[in-house]
Amino acid sequence: MRPYRAIASARFRLLLQYRAAAWAGIATQLFWGLIRTMVFEAFYRSSRAPQPMSLSETITYIWLGQALLAIVMLGVESEVRDTVRSGAVAYDLCRPVDLYSVLLIRNLAYRGATTALRAGPQLVLAACFLGLRLPPSPAALLAFGLATVMALLLASAWANLLTALLFFTVAGDGVVRLGTVLPWLLSGIVIPLPLLPDWWQAVAGWQPFAGLADLPFRLWIGHLPPAAVGQVLVFQAAWLLGFVLLGRLLLARGLRRLVVLGG
Amino acid sequence: MADWRPLSGWRLYWRYVGQSLRAQLQYRGSVVLLAVGHFLITGGEFLAVWALLDRFGSLRGWSLAEVGVFYGLVSIAFATAEAVVRGFDVLPGLVKSGSFDRLLLRPRSVTLQVIGHELQLLRLGRWSQGVVVLAWSVAALQVDWTVGRVLLALWTVIGGACLFSGLFIAQAALSFWTTETLELINILTYGGVETAQFPLSVYRPWFRAFFTFVVPLACVSYFPGLAIVGRPHDAPTALLATAPAAGLLFLGASLLFWRHGLRHYTSTGS
Repeated sequence: MRPYRAIASARFRLLLQYRAAAWAGIATQLFWGLIRTMVFEAFYRSSRAPQPMSLSETITYIWLGQALLAIVMLGVESEVRDTVRSGAVAYDLCRPVDLYSVLLIRNLAYRGATTALRAGPQLVLAACFLGLRLPPSPAALLAFGLATVMALLLASAWANLLTALLFFTVAGDGVVRLGTVLPWLLSGIVIPLPLLPDWWQAVAGWQPFAGLADLPFRLWIGHLPPAAVGQVLVFQAAWLLGFVLLGRLLLARGLRRLVVLGG
Repeated sequence: MADWRPLSGWRLYWRYVGQSLRAQLQYRGSVVLLAVGHFLITGGEFLAVWALLDRFGSLRGWSLAEVGVFYGLVSIAFATAEAVVRGFDVLPGLVKSGSFDRLLLRPRSVTLQVIGHELQLLRLGRWSQGVVVLAWSVAALQVDWTVGRVLLALWTVIGGACLFSGLFIAQAALSFWTTETLELINILTYGGVETAQFPLSVYRPWFRAFFTFVVPLACVSYFPGLAIVGRPHDAPTALLATAPAAGLLFLGASLLFWRHGLRHYTSTGS
Protein backbone atom coordinates (compact mmCIF):
# COMPACT_ATOMS: atom_id res chain seq x y z
CA MET A 1 0.00 0.00 0.00
CA ARG A 2 2.86 2.37 0.80
CA PRO A 3 4.01 3.23 -2.71
CA TYR A 4 0.43 4.07 -3.69
CA ARG A 5 0.00 6.36 -0.73
CA ALA A 6 3.28 8.06 -1.62
CA ILE A 7 2.20 8.60 -5.21
CA ALA A 8 -1.12 10.00 -4.06
CA SER A 9 0.39 12.47 -1.63
CA ALA A 10 3.11 13.58 -4.07
CA ARG A 11 0.60 14.22 -6.85
CA PHE A 12 -1.73 15.97 -4.46
CA ARG A 13 0.96 18.31 -3.14
CA LEU A 14 2.16 19.08 -6.64
CA LEU A 15 -1.30 19.91 -7.94
CA LEU A 16 -2.09 22.11 -4.96
CA GLN A 17 0.62 24.49 -6.15
CA TYR A 18 -1.50 25.83 -9.00
CA ARG A 19 -3.31 28.40 -6.93
CA ALA A 20 -3.36 31.32 -9.37
CA ALA A 21 -4.97 29.13 -11.99
CA ALA A 22 -7.47 28.04 -9.38
CA TRP A 23 -8.56 31.63 -8.73
CA ALA A 24 -9.05 32.27 -12.43
CA GLY A 25 -11.05 29.05 -12.57
CA ILE A 26 -13.17 30.08 -9.62
CA ALA A 27 -13.95 33.46 -11.15
CA THR A 28 -14.90 31.80 -14.44
CA GLN A 29 -17.14 29.27 -12.76
CA LEU A 30 -18.85 31.92 -10.65
CA PHE A 31 -19.61 33.87 -13.80
CA TRP A 32 -20.95 30.75 -15.44
CA GLY A 33 -23.13 30.05 -12.46
CA LEU A 34 -24.43 33.59 -12.60
CA ILE A 35 -25.51 33.22 -16.24
CA ARG A 36 -27.16 29.91 -15.51
CA THR A 37 -29.02 31.11 -12.44
CA MET A 38 -30.35 34.08 -14.39
CA VAL A 39 -31.51 31.84 -17.23
CA PHE A 40 -33.24 29.46 -14.82
CA GLU A 41 -34.87 32.36 -13.01
CA ALA A 42 -36.27 33.49 -16.34
CA PHE A 43 -37.55 29.97 -17.05
CA TYR A 44 -39.21 29.67 -13.67
CA ARG A 45 -40.88 33.04 -14.15
CA SER A 46 -42.29 31.87 -17.48
CA SER A 47 -44.47 29.12 -16.07
CA ARG A 48 -46.82 28.77 -13.14
CA ALA A 49 -47.02 25.00 -13.35
CA PRO A 50 -45.51 23.14 -10.38
CA GLN A 51 -42.04 21.81 -11.16
CA PRO A 52 -40.16 18.79 -9.80
CA MET A 53 -37.70 21.17 -8.15
CA SER A 54 -38.30 24.67 -6.78
CA LEU A 55 -36.31 27.62 -8.12
CA SER A 56 -34.22 27.92 -4.96
CA GLU A 57 -33.46 24.19 -5.08
CA THR A 58 -32.40 24.53 -8.70
CA ILE A 59 -30.16 27.48 -7.89
CA THR A 60 -28.47 25.53 -5.11
CA TYR A 61 -28.06 22.60 -7.49
CA ILE A 62 -26.40 24.89 -10.07
CA TRP A 63 -23.94 26.33 -7.56
CA LEU A 64 -23.01 22.87 -6.32
CA GLY A 65 -22.41 21.93 -9.94
CA GLN A 66 -20.09 24.89 -10.42
CA ALA A 67 -18.19 24.26 -7.19
CA LEU A 68 -17.69 20.56 -7.91
CA LEU A 69 -17.33 20.87 -11.68
CA ALA A 70 -13.84 19.39 -11.62
CA ILE A 71 -15.17 15.99 -10.55
CA VAL A 72 -17.29 15.72 -13.67
CA MET A 73 -15.42 17.70 -16.25
CA LEU A 74 -11.76 16.81 -15.89
CA GLY A 75 -10.58 14.32 -18.45
CA VAL A 76 -7.28 12.52 -18.24
CA GLU A 77 -4.31 14.46 -16.94
CA SER A 78 -2.24 15.64 -19.91
CA GLU A 79 0.91 14.20 -18.34
CA VAL A 80 -0.66 10.75 -18.26
CA ARG A 81 -1.81 11.16 -21.84
CA ASP A 82 1.73 12.04 -22.86
CA THR A 83 3.27 9.06 -21.11
CA VAL A 84 1.09 6.77 -23.18
CA ARG A 85 1.78 8.60 -26.41
CA SER A 86 5.51 8.97 -25.88
CA GLY A 87 5.97 5.45 -24.58
CA ALA A 88 7.27 6.66 -21.22
CA VAL A 89 4.63 4.37 -19.76
CA ALA A 90 7.31 1.71 -20.13
CA TYR A 91 8.99 3.14 -17.03
CA ASP A 92 5.80 2.70 -15.07
CA LEU A 93 5.60 -0.88 -16.27
CA CYS A 94 9.10 -1.55 -14.92
CA ARG A 95 8.08 -0.50 -11.44
CA PRO A 96 6.81 -3.12 -9.02
CA VAL A 97 3.36 -1.56 -8.83
CA ASP A 98 0.03 -2.27 -10.45
CA LEU A 99 -0.37 0.09 -13.42
CA TYR A 100 -4.14 0.30 -13.15
CA SER A 101 -3.92 1.40 -9.52
CA VAL A 102 -1.22 3.97 -10.26
CA LEU A 103 -3.32 5.49 -13.02
CA LEU A 104 -6.40 5.45 -10.81
CA ILE A 105 -4.53 7.24 -8.06
CA ARG A 106 -3.24 9.87 -10.46
CA ASN A 107 -6.71 10.47 -11.86
CA LEU A 108 -8.09 10.59 -8.35
CA ALA A 109 -5.45 13.06 -7.14
CA TYR A 110 -6.02 15.23 -10.21
CA ARG A 111 -9.72 15.51 -9.44
CA GLY A 112 -9.32 15.63 -5.68
CA ALA A 113 -6.73 18.41 -5.65
CA THR A 114 -8.54 20.53 -8.22
CA THR A 115 -11.83 20.16 -6.38
CA ALA A 116 -10.19 20.85 -3.02
CA LEU A 117 -8.75 24.11 -4.34
CA ARG A 118 -11.89 25.34 -6.00
CA ALA A 119 -14.88 24.05 -4.10
CA GLY A 120 -14.38 25.81 -0.76
CA PRO A 121 -14.20 29.44 -1.87
CA GLN A 122 -17.01 28.92 -4.36
CA LEU A 123 -19.35 27.34 -1.85
CA VAL A 124 -18.68 30.12 0.67
CA LEU A 125 -19.20 32.91 -1.87
CA ALA A 126 -22.29 31.29 -3.33
CA ALA A 127 -23.77 30.66 0.11
CA CYS A 128 -23.15 34.26 1.25
CA PHE A 129 -24.16 36.19 -1.84
CA LEU A 130 -25.58 34.07 -4.60
CA GLY A 131 -28.45 32.05 -3.22
CA LEU A 132 -26.86 28.70 -2.39
CA ARG A 133 -28.94 27.17 0.41
CA LEU A 134 -27.25 25.10 3.09
CA PRO A 135 -28.40 21.50 3.56
CA PRO A 136 -31.57 21.23 5.65
CA SER A 137 -29.93 19.00 8.28
CA PRO A 138 -26.49 17.76 9.37
CA ALA A 139 -27.59 14.32 8.20
CA ALA A 140 -28.16 15.68 4.69
CA LEU A 141 -24.69 17.21 4.71
CA LEU A 142 -23.15 13.94 5.83
CA ALA A 143 -25.05 12.02 3.16
CA PHE A 144 -23.85 14.52 0.55
CA GLY A 145 -20.27 14.15 1.76
CA LEU A 146 -20.31 10.37 1.50
CA ALA A 147 -21.90 10.40 -1.94
CA THR A 148 -19.41 13.02 -3.15
CA VAL A 149 -16.44 10.91 -2.10
CA MET A 150 -17.98 8.04 -4.01
CA ALA A 151 -18.56 10.36 -6.98
CA LEU A 152 -14.85 11.21 -6.98
CA LEU A 153 -13.99 7.51 -7.14
CA LEU A 154 -16.55 6.85 -9.84
CA ALA A 155 -15.27 9.75 -11.96
CA SER A 156 -11.69 8.58 -11.57
CA ALA A 157 -12.62 5.05 -12.61
CA TRP A 158 -14.30 6.50 -15.70
CA ALA A 159 -11.17 8.52 -16.46
CA ASN A 160 -9.16 5.33 -16.07
CA LEU A 161 -11.36 3.67 -18.64
CA LEU A 162 -10.53 6.51 -21.03
CA THR A 163 -6.84 6.19 -20.16
CA ALA A 164 -6.97 2.50 -21.05
CA LEU A 165 -8.51 3.41 -24.40
CA LEU A 166 -5.49 5.61 -25.11
CA PHE A 167 -3.45 2.44 -25.53
CA PHE A 168 -5.45 1.61 -28.65
CA THR A 169 -5.19 4.87 -30.59
CA VAL A 170 -2.92 7.81 -31.24
CA ALA A 171 -6.00 9.98 -31.60
CA GLY A 172 -6.11 10.29 -27.83
CA ASP A 173 -7.35 13.86 -27.64
CA GLY A 174 -10.52 12.94 -29.47
CA VAL A 175 -11.22 9.94 -27.28
CA VAL A 176 -10.75 11.93 -24.11
CA ARG A 177 -12.89 14.76 -25.35
CA LEU A 178 -15.73 12.47 -26.33
CA GLY A 179 -15.30 10.74 -23.01
CA THR A 180 -15.84 13.95 -21.09
CA VAL A 181 -18.91 14.94 -23.09
CA LEU A 182 -21.00 12.08 -21.72
CA PRO A 183 -20.59 12.80 -18.01
CA TRP A 184 -21.01 16.49 -18.65
CA LEU A 185 -24.30 15.99 -20.49
CA LEU A 186 -25.70 13.25 -18.29
CA SER A 187 -24.60 14.13 -14.77
CA GLY A 188 -26.88 17.11 -14.28
CA ILE A 189 -24.32 19.84 -14.92
CA VAL A 190 -25.99 21.09 -18.11
CA ILE A 191 -29.51 20.63 -16.84
CA PRO A 192 -30.58 19.28 -13.45
CA LEU A 193 -31.75 15.74 -14.17
CA PRO A 194 -35.11 16.11 -12.37
CA LEU A 195 -35.99 18.86 -14.87
CA LEU A 196 -35.59 16.61 -17.89
CA PRO A 197 -38.85 15.65 -19.64
CA ASP A 198 -40.75 13.03 -17.65
CA TRP A 199 -40.29 10.26 -20.20
CA TRP A 200 -36.50 10.64 -19.89
CA GLN A 201 -36.48 10.22 -16.14
CA ALA A 202 -36.31 6.43 -16.18
CA VAL A 203 -33.18 6.43 -18.31
CA ALA A 204 -31.64 9.48 -16.65
CA GLY A 205 -31.82 7.89 -13.22
CA TRP A 206 -30.11 4.66 -14.19
CA GLN A 207 -27.15 5.80 -16.21
CA PRO A 208 -23.85 5.90 -14.27
CA PHE A 209 -23.19 9.62 -14.58
CA ALA A 210 -26.15 10.50 -12.37
CA GLY A 211 -23.88 9.30 -9.57
CA LEU A 212 -21.29 11.99 -10.34
CA ALA A 213 -23.37 15.05 -9.55
CA ASP A 214 -27.12 14.65 -9.58
CA LEU A 215 -27.51 12.18 -6.71
CA PRO A 216 -25.07 13.87 -4.28
CA PHE A 217 -26.57 17.27 -5.07
CA ARG A 218 -30.10 16.06 -4.41
CA LEU A 219 -28.95 14.73 -1.06
CA TRP A 220 -27.61 18.21 -0.21
CA ILE A 221 -30.78 20.08 -1.12
CA GLY A 222 -33.01 17.50 0.54
CA HIS A 223 -34.68 16.45 -2.70
CA LEU A 224 -33.62 12.96 -1.61
CA PRO A 225 -33.94 12.22 2.12
CA PRO A 226 -30.66 11.51 3.98
CA ALA A 227 -31.89 7.94 4.48
CA ALA A 228 -31.60 7.41 0.71
CA VAL A 229 -27.84 7.66 0.96
CA GLY A 230 -27.54 3.88 1.30
CA GLN A 231 -29.24 3.34 -2.03
CA VAL A 232 -27.19 6.07 -3.67
CA LEU A 233 -23.93 4.55 -2.45
CA VAL A 234 -24.94 1.10 -3.67
CA PHE A 235 -25.85 2.55 -7.05
CA GLN A 236 -22.52 4.35 -7.29
CA ALA A 237 -20.59 1.32 -6.09
CA ALA A 238 -22.22 -0.93 -8.65
CA TRP A 239 -21.18 1.33 -11.51
CA LEU A 240 -17.77 1.82 -9.94
CA LEU A 241 -17.27 -1.93 -9.96
CA GLY A 242 -18.35 -2.07 -13.59
CA PHE A 243 -15.95 0.70 -14.63
CA VAL A 244 -13.06 -0.85 -12.73
CA LEU A 245 -13.57 -4.29 -14.22
CA LEU A 246 -13.95 -2.96 -17.74
CA GLY A 247 -10.99 -0.62 -17.27
CA ARG A 248 -8.76 -3.43 -16.06
CA LEU A 249 -9.83 -5.64 -18.93
CA LEU A 250 -9.13 -2.92 -21.50
CA LEU A 251 -5.80 -2.03 -19.92
CA ALA A 252 -4.69 -5.65 -19.94
CA ARG A 253 -5.68 -5.94 -23.60
CA GLY A 254 -3.92 -2.69 -24.41
CA LEU A 255 -0.73 -3.73 -22.66
CA ARG A 256 -0.68 -7.03 -24.52
CA ARG A 257 -0.49 -5.20 -27.82
CA LEU A 258 1.71 -2.38 -26.55
CA VAL A 259 4.97 -1.93 -28.38
CA VAL A 260 7.45 0.54 -26.96
CA LEU A 261 10.24 1.49 -29.29
CA GLY A 262 13.58 2.08 -27.65
CA GLY A 263 15.63 5.16 -28.22
CA MET B 1 10.99 26.01 -61.13
CA ALA B 2 10.71 27.34 -57.65
CA ASP B 3 9.83 30.95 -57.32
CA TRP B 4 12.02 32.46 -54.67
CA ARG B 5 10.39 35.82 -54.49
CA PRO B 6 9.09 36.37 -50.98
CA LEU B 7 5.38 35.97 -50.58
CA SER B 8 3.40 38.73 -49.07
CA GLY B 9 0.01 39.57 -47.72
CA TRP B 10 -2.88 37.33 -48.63
CA ARG B 11 -0.84 34.90 -50.67
CA LEU B 12 1.35 34.22 -47.68
CA TYR B 13 -1.72 33.88 -45.49
CA TRP B 14 -3.28 31.27 -47.77
CA ARG B 15 0.03 29.44 -47.88
CA TYR B 16 0.01 29.32 -44.08
CA VAL B 17 -3.59 28.11 -44.06
CA GLY B 18 -2.78 25.39 -46.56
CA GLN B 19 0.10 24.18 -44.43
CA SER B 20 -2.02 24.19 -41.32
CA LEU B 21 -4.82 22.20 -42.97
CA ARG B 22 -2.42 19.66 -44.37
CA ALA B 23 -0.78 19.27 -40.98
CA GLN B 24 -4.12 18.69 -39.26
CA LEU B 25 -5.25 16.20 -41.86
CA GLN B 26 -2.27 14.03 -41.04
CA TYR B 27 -4.26 12.94 -38.00
CA ARG B 28 -7.57 12.59 -39.76
CA GLY B 29 -9.14 10.31 -37.16
CA SER B 30 -8.27 12.69 -34.38
CA VAL B 31 -9.64 15.72 -36.20
CA VAL B 32 -12.89 13.94 -36.98
CA LEU B 33 -13.30 12.73 -33.39
CA LEU B 34 -12.53 16.18 -32.02
CA ALA B 35 -14.99 17.85 -34.37
CA VAL B 36 -17.66 15.27 -33.55
CA GLY B 37 -16.98 15.78 -29.85
CA HIS B 38 -17.35 19.50 -30.33
CA PHE B 39 -20.58 18.98 -32.24
CA LEU B 40 -21.95 16.76 -29.48
CA ILE B 41 -20.99 19.13 -26.66
CA THR B 42 -22.61 22.10 -28.28
CA GLY B 43 -25.47 19.97 -29.57
CA GLY B 44 -26.05 18.65 -26.06
CA GLU B 45 -26.29 22.21 -24.86
CA PHE B 46 -29.06 22.90 -27.30
CA LEU B 47 -30.84 19.70 -26.31
CA ALA B 48 -30.84 21.07 -22.77
CA VAL B 49 -32.43 24.29 -24.02
CA TRP B 50 -35.04 22.20 -25.79
CA ALA B 51 -35.71 20.12 -22.68
CA LEU B 52 -36.16 23.25 -20.57
CA LEU B 53 -38.52 24.86 -23.05
CA ASP B 54 -40.45 21.60 -23.19
CA ARG B 55 -40.90 21.79 -19.43
CA PHE B 56 -41.51 25.51 -18.98
CA GLY B 57 -43.38 26.23 -22.21
CA SER B 58 -41.52 29.43 -23.04
CA LEU B 59 -38.61 31.53 -21.92
CA ARG B 60 -40.31 34.75 -20.94
CA GLY B 61 -42.35 34.66 -24.10
CA TRP B 62 -39.62 33.38 -26.41
CA SER B 63 -40.21 30.13 -28.23
CA LEU B 64 -37.58 27.47 -28.91
CA ALA B 65 -37.27 28.48 -32.56
CA GLU B 66 -36.71 32.11 -31.60
CA VAL B 67 -34.07 31.19 -29.04
CA GLY B 68 -32.56 28.95 -31.72
CA VAL B 69 -31.99 31.91 -34.03
CA PHE B 70 -29.96 33.75 -31.39
CA TYR B 71 -28.22 30.53 -30.47
CA GLY B 72 -27.32 29.65 -34.06
CA LEU B 73 -26.09 33.10 -35.02
CA VAL B 74 -23.75 33.48 -32.08
CA SER B 75 -22.45 29.91 -32.36
CA ILE B 76 -21.50 30.38 -35.99
CA ALA B 77 -19.85 33.73 -35.27
CA PHE B 78 -17.92 32.38 -32.30
CA ALA B 79 -16.75 29.21 -34.06
CA THR B 80 -15.54 31.27 -36.99
CA ALA B 81 -13.54 33.55 -34.72
CA GLU B 82 -12.15 30.60 -32.77
CA ALA B 83 -10.96 28.85 -35.91
CA VAL B 84 -9.44 31.89 -37.59
CA VAL B 85 -7.64 33.67 -34.77
CA ARG B 86 -6.55 30.51 -32.99
CA GLY B 87 -2.95 31.71 -33.38
CA PHE B 88 -3.59 34.39 -30.79
CA ASP B 89 -4.67 31.67 -28.40
CA VAL B 90 -1.24 30.04 -28.44
CA LEU B 91 0.61 33.35 -28.40
CA PRO B 92 1.04 33.60 -24.62
CA GLY B 93 2.91 30.29 -24.75
CA LEU B 94 5.25 31.69 -27.38
CA VAL B 95 5.83 34.82 -25.33
CA LYS B 96 6.54 32.82 -22.21
CA SER B 97 9.03 30.50 -23.89
CA GLY B 98 10.68 33.30 -25.81
CA SER B 99 9.99 31.71 -29.18
CA PHE B 100 7.98 34.79 -30.10
CA ASP B 101 11.32 36.44 -30.93
CA ARG B 102 11.61 34.20 -33.95
CA LEU B 103 8.46 35.71 -35.42
CA LEU B 104 9.90 39.18 -34.96
CA LEU B 105 13.04 38.23 -36.87
CA ARG B 106 11.13 37.27 -40.00
CA PRO B 107 10.70 40.14 -42.44
CA ARG B 108 6.92 39.75 -42.54
CA SER B 109 4.06 41.23 -40.58
CA VAL B 110 3.89 39.68 -37.11
CA THR B 111 0.11 39.90 -37.05
CA LEU B 112 -0.08 37.95 -40.30
CA GLN B 113 2.22 35.26 -38.96
CA VAL B 114 0.16 34.89 -35.80
CA ILE B 115 -3.14 34.74 -37.67
CA GLY B 116 -1.63 32.24 -40.08
CA HIS B 117 -0.51 29.98 -37.28
CA GLU B 118 -3.48 27.67 -37.57
CA LEU B 119 -6.95 27.42 -39.05
CA GLN B 120 -8.50 25.01 -36.61
CA LEU B 121 -10.62 22.37 -38.27
CA LEU B 122 -12.12 20.98 -35.10
CA ARG B 123 -14.11 24.19 -34.71
CA LEU B 124 -16.23 22.92 -37.57
CA GLY B 125 -18.04 21.00 -34.83
CA ARG B 126 -19.57 24.05 -33.19
CA TRP B 127 -19.89 25.83 -36.50
CA SER B 128 -21.93 23.13 -38.17
CA GLN B 129 -24.05 22.69 -35.06
CA GLY B 130 -24.83 26.40 -35.18
CA VAL B 131 -25.79 26.10 -38.83
CA VAL B 132 -28.11 23.15 -38.11
CA VAL B 133 -29.82 24.94 -35.23
CA LEU B 134 -30.19 28.15 -37.22
CA ALA B 135 -31.56 26.32 -40.26
CA TRP B 136 -34.08 24.40 -38.17
CA SER B 137 -35.13 27.53 -36.30
CA VAL B 138 -35.79 29.69 -39.31
CA ALA B 139 -37.67 26.84 -40.94
CA ALA B 140 -39.83 26.42 -37.82
CA LEU B 141 -40.40 30.16 -37.54
CA GLN B 142 -41.43 30.40 -41.18
CA VAL B 143 -39.46 33.56 -41.50
CA ASP B 144 -39.96 35.26 -44.82
CA TRP B 145 -36.46 35.14 -46.30
CA THR B 146 -36.11 38.42 -48.07
CA VAL B 147 -32.71 39.39 -49.44
CA GLY B 148 -32.49 41.95 -46.66
CA ARG B 149 -32.93 39.29 -43.97
CA VAL B 150 -30.28 37.00 -45.44
CA LEU B 151 -27.84 39.88 -45.69
CA LEU B 152 -28.64 40.96 -42.15
CA ALA B 153 -27.98 37.44 -40.84
CA LEU B 154 -24.65 37.32 -42.68
CA TRP B 155 -23.74 40.78 -41.46
CA THR B 156 -24.61 39.78 -37.90
CA VAL B 157 -22.34 36.75 -38.10
CA ILE B 158 -19.52 38.89 -39.50
CA GLY B 159 -19.97 41.46 -36.74
CA GLY B 160 -20.02 38.71 -34.13
CA ALA B 161 -16.94 36.98 -35.52
CA CYS B 162 -15.14 40.35 -35.44
CA LEU B 163 -16.18 41.00 -31.85
CA PHE B 164 -14.99 37.62 -30.62
CA SER B 165 -11.79 37.90 -32.66
CA GLY B 166 -11.22 41.27 -31.04
CA LEU B 167 -11.61 39.70 -27.60
CA PHE B 168 -9.16 36.90 -28.42
CA ILE B 169 -6.66 39.42 -29.79
CA ALA B 170 -6.97 41.69 -26.76
CA GLN B 171 -6.46 38.66 -24.51
CA ALA B 172 -3.29 37.77 -26.41
CA ALA B 173 -2.04 41.36 -26.35
CA LEU B 174 -2.36 41.45 -22.58
CA SER B 175 0.15 38.63 -22.38
CA PHE B 176 2.86 41.04 -23.61
CA TRP B 177 2.65 42.56 -20.15
CA THR B 178 1.73 39.56 -18.05
CA THR B 179 3.58 36.78 -19.96
CA GLU B 180 0.70 34.55 -18.86
CA THR B 181 -2.61 33.71 -20.42
CA LEU B 182 -5.23 35.79 -18.72
CA GLU B 183 -7.82 33.09 -18.34
CA LEU B 184 -10.11 35.58 -16.75
CA ILE B 185 -10.84 36.95 -20.22
CA ASN B 186 -12.47 33.60 -20.98
CA ILE B 187 -15.39 35.01 -19.05
CA LEU B 188 -15.94 37.42 -21.92
CA THR B 189 -15.26 35.00 -24.79
CA TYR B 190 -16.71 31.67 -23.72
CA GLY B 191 -18.97 33.40 -21.23
CA GLY B 192 -20.08 35.78 -23.97
CA VAL B 193 -21.12 33.05 -26.35
CA GLU B 194 -22.95 31.27 -23.53
CA THR B 195 -24.73 34.51 -22.64
CA ALA B 196 -25.77 35.40 -26.17
CA GLN B 197 -27.28 31.98 -26.80
CA PHE B 198 -30.37 33.32 -25.10
CA PRO B 199 -32.10 36.59 -25.95
CA LEU B 200 -30.37 39.15 -23.76
CA SER B 201 -33.69 40.42 -22.44
CA VAL B 202 -33.83 37.48 -19.99
CA TYR B 203 -30.88 38.77 -17.96
CA ARG B 204 -30.74 41.33 -15.20
CA PRO B 205 -30.31 45.00 -16.21
CA TRP B 206 -26.71 45.49 -14.98
CA PHE B 207 -25.65 42.37 -16.85
CA ARG B 208 -27.34 43.53 -20.04
CA ALA B 209 -25.76 46.96 -19.72
CA PHE B 210 -22.33 45.40 -19.42
CA PHE B 211 -22.79 43.30 -22.55
CA THR B 212 -24.14 46.26 -24.48
CA PHE B 213 -21.87 49.14 -23.58
CA VAL B 214 -18.61 47.58 -22.34
CA VAL B 215 -18.49 44.53 -24.59
CA PRO B 216 -20.99 45.22 -27.38
CA LEU B 217 -22.28 41.67 -27.50
CA ALA B 218 -25.90 42.78 -27.76
CA CYS B 219 -25.06 44.67 -30.95
CA VAL B 220 -23.97 41.50 -32.73
CA SER B 221 -26.68 39.20 -31.44
CA TYR B 222 -29.72 40.57 -29.67
CA PHE B 223 -30.42 43.74 -31.65
CA PRO B 224 -30.06 42.34 -35.16
CA GLY B 225 -31.64 39.10 -33.95
CA LEU B 226 -34.79 41.01 -33.07
CA ALA B 227 -35.08 42.18 -36.64
CA ILE B 228 -34.35 38.70 -38.01
CA VAL B 229 -36.98 36.84 -36.00
CA GLY B 230 -39.39 39.66 -36.78
CA ARG B 231 -40.33 40.58 -33.24
CA PRO B 232 -42.06 43.88 -32.73
CA HIS B 233 -39.53 46.30 -31.28
CA ASP B 234 -39.27 49.96 -30.29
CA ALA B 235 -36.02 50.82 -32.03
CA PRO B 236 -36.01 51.66 -35.75
CA THR B 237 -35.05 48.61 -37.83
CA ALA B 238 -32.27 50.57 -39.50
CA LEU B 239 -30.61 51.07 -36.14
CA LEU B 240 -30.88 47.38 -35.29
CA ALA B 241 -29.41 46.51 -38.67
CA THR B 242 -26.37 48.77 -38.28
CA ALA B 243 -25.65 47.56 -34.75
CA PRO B 244 -23.24 44.74 -35.81
CA ALA B 245 -20.83 47.46 -36.95
CA ALA B 246 -19.93 47.70 -33.27
CA GLY B 247 -18.16 44.35 -33.66
CA LEU B 248 -15.95 45.75 -36.39
CA LEU B 249 -15.14 48.81 -34.29
CA PHE B 250 -14.29 46.57 -31.38
CA LEU B 251 -11.94 44.54 -33.55
CA GLY B 252 -10.30 47.76 -34.77
CA ALA B 253 -9.73 48.93 -31.21
CA SER B 254 -8.30 45.52 -30.26
CA LEU B 255 -5.87 45.64 -33.16
CA LEU B 256 -4.67 49.08 -32.06
CA PHE B 257 -4.20 47.72 -28.56
CA TRP B 258 -2.33 44.72 -30.01
CA ARG B 259 0.02 47.05 -31.87
CA HIS B 260 0.61 49.03 -28.75
CA GLY B 261 1.45 45.81 -26.95
CA LEU B 262 3.82 44.73 -29.70
CA ARG B 263 5.79 47.92 -29.28
CA HIS B 264 6.10 47.24 -25.58
CA TYR B 265 7.16 43.64 -25.98
CA THR B 266 10.28 42.67 -24.10
CA SER B 267 11.56 39.17 -24.62
CA THR B 268 11.69 36.85 -21.63
CA GLY B 269 15.15 36.03 -22.93
CA SER B 270 14.82 32.30 -22.46
